[in-house]
Amino acid sequence: MTLSPSARWALRAVMALGLFFIYVPLLLVLVNSFNGDRTFGWPPHDFTTRWWTAAWNNGGARDALWTSVKAGLGATAIALVLGTMIAFAVQRYKFFGRDTVSLLVVLPIALPGIVTGIALDSAWRSVIAPLGLGKGLFSVVVGHATFCVVTVYNNVLARLRRSGVSFEEASADLGASPGQTFRYITFPMIRSALLAGGLLAFALSFDEIIVTTFTAGPGIQTLPIWIFNNLFRPNQAPVVNVVAAVLIVLSVLPVWLAQRVAGPEAGASRT
Amino acid sequence: MSFLHRHPRLRLAALLSAPMLWLVVAYLGALAVLLVSAFWAVNGFTGEVVREFTLQNFRTIVTEEVYRNVTLRSLGVAVAVTVICVLLALPMAFYMAKVASPRARGWLVIAILTPLWASYLVKAYAWRVLLANDGPLDSLIGTPGYGLVAVVIVLSYLWLPYMILPIYAGLERLPDSMLEASADLGARAGRTFRGVVLPILVPSIFAGSIFTFSLSLGDYITVQIVGGKTQLIGNLVYANVGAANNLPFAAAIACIPVLIMVIYLTAVRRSGALEEL
Repeated sequence: MTLSPSARWALRAVMALGLFFIYVPLLLVLVNSFNGDRTFGWPPHDFTTRWWTAAWNNGGARDALWTSVKAGLGATAIALVLGTMIAFAVQRYKFFGRDTVSLLVVLPIALPGIVTGIALDSAWRSVIAPLGLGKGLFSVVVGHATFCVVTVYNNVLARLRRSGVSFEEASADLGASPGQTFRYITFPMIRSALLAGGLLAFALSFDEIIVTTFTAGPGIQTLPIWIFNNLFRPNQAPVVNVVAAVLIVLSVLPVWLAQRVAGPEAGASRT
Repeated sequence: MSFLHRHPRLRLAALLSAPMLWLVVAYLGALAVLLVSAFWAVNGFTGEVVREFTLQNFRTIVTEEVYRNVTLRSLGVAVAVTVICVLLALPMAFYMAKVASPRARGWLVIAILTPLWASYLVKAYAWRVLLANDGPLDSLIGTPGYGLVAVVIVLSYLWLPYMILPIYAGLERLPDSMLEASADLGARAGRTFRGVVLPILVPSIFAGSIFTFSLSLGDYITVQIVGGKTQLIGNLVYANVGAANNLPFAAAIACIPVLIMVIYLTAVRRSGALEEL
């Protein structure tokens, strides 16, 4: 489309404004984590690193981080297995209800988190708890895995669509057993899609707060829950600021990894 | 292995059984329990759930004005957020896909993606700091303070990348030659945009709107952080599960966003929006 120079400038200005809108709040948190003033008077008068030391020594935040990592790894592992299986079934077979299956995979993220949360909560209370298994870290993993499946599913499905079956057929024609074909052909083919999907699943789980609120057992505190619980306590504000700043800095990591692993388009979809 | 190899149907069953067990039994089962419990009640004295069929919860929701107001307010917020996101995302995605140089494009995609990974809570918190009275924004241009306006701003901020990315993907698939053809046929930029670009982008916009809509409709965290006294559907559900300890009533309220989303999903499904997710 031939755009007039003024239209180009207008678009460029909107883009710049948009990026400004996106990044200013994040930069503010970074700056505030060094703000020497306890009440975060603005503009800051002096800068200090003492909140960073305080955050490093904060046991609650550390425990919460560790809980989040465990929940994320568990949910990612389950999502990898289930998501890959559904992707293979949907892409390689024609069967009745195939569209319904793909809709079902999307549903946990298409419905508001609070619905998924209280649904799992009430089901756990009325079905699983009577069996003697109360809510704990495990129920968090179950809840997270439910909405993480879709990220792996989408990544693997897209890869399978693009790569076709001819390599696998060639492998079978050359006498490889199904196991060998999977090990030497199929798995290497989808490996980077698994990594990208797994990364997304982990990030989704790591960031989740609503489903977590309803599925966590007593005493289970993930990092988002810890932040939320401390958000309204003025005493904790400096430490919350540092944890927030760390999370912002860390968010660069998965994008960088996904780009390295699966090319520039990886991670372009968070679903 | 070779037995499975000769029986593709069995292979399919083996592939699907575990995931379906999870999604149908665990997830849909849980949703079904929720739906059923919406027809139960809570004993006012003991706080115990009474498992007898009653329509009382739904009657309360339909007849009492506060629930209608909250529903309409939540819908209004979801619509406003979606519209703001579309209006911002269209020019940004267009610039990224069609105006920026290929090199700059890669960086812009990263610039849009990265904040998506930054914690939701951290971003809402950043806005709480930004919008505070005597905060940074107040000293520059003034702040709306914590309330409904703040909720709309922050939710738009949070979900904007979810709208930019599908629109960008849609634009990337749109060949430049089509835009040139339109220009050759005499259409000016505005006409090309309305006649060619926008119709092609409809599924992408709907795909993005599923996120902005659903995420706004169920949110109660952002509302607690920057909303002041504002209440949306999510807050009512949360209050009834927690403080009021009335799970059946919470379940009944939760049916409102589910119903809205189901209607919305069916409506946009025909445009092919679900494939764009």
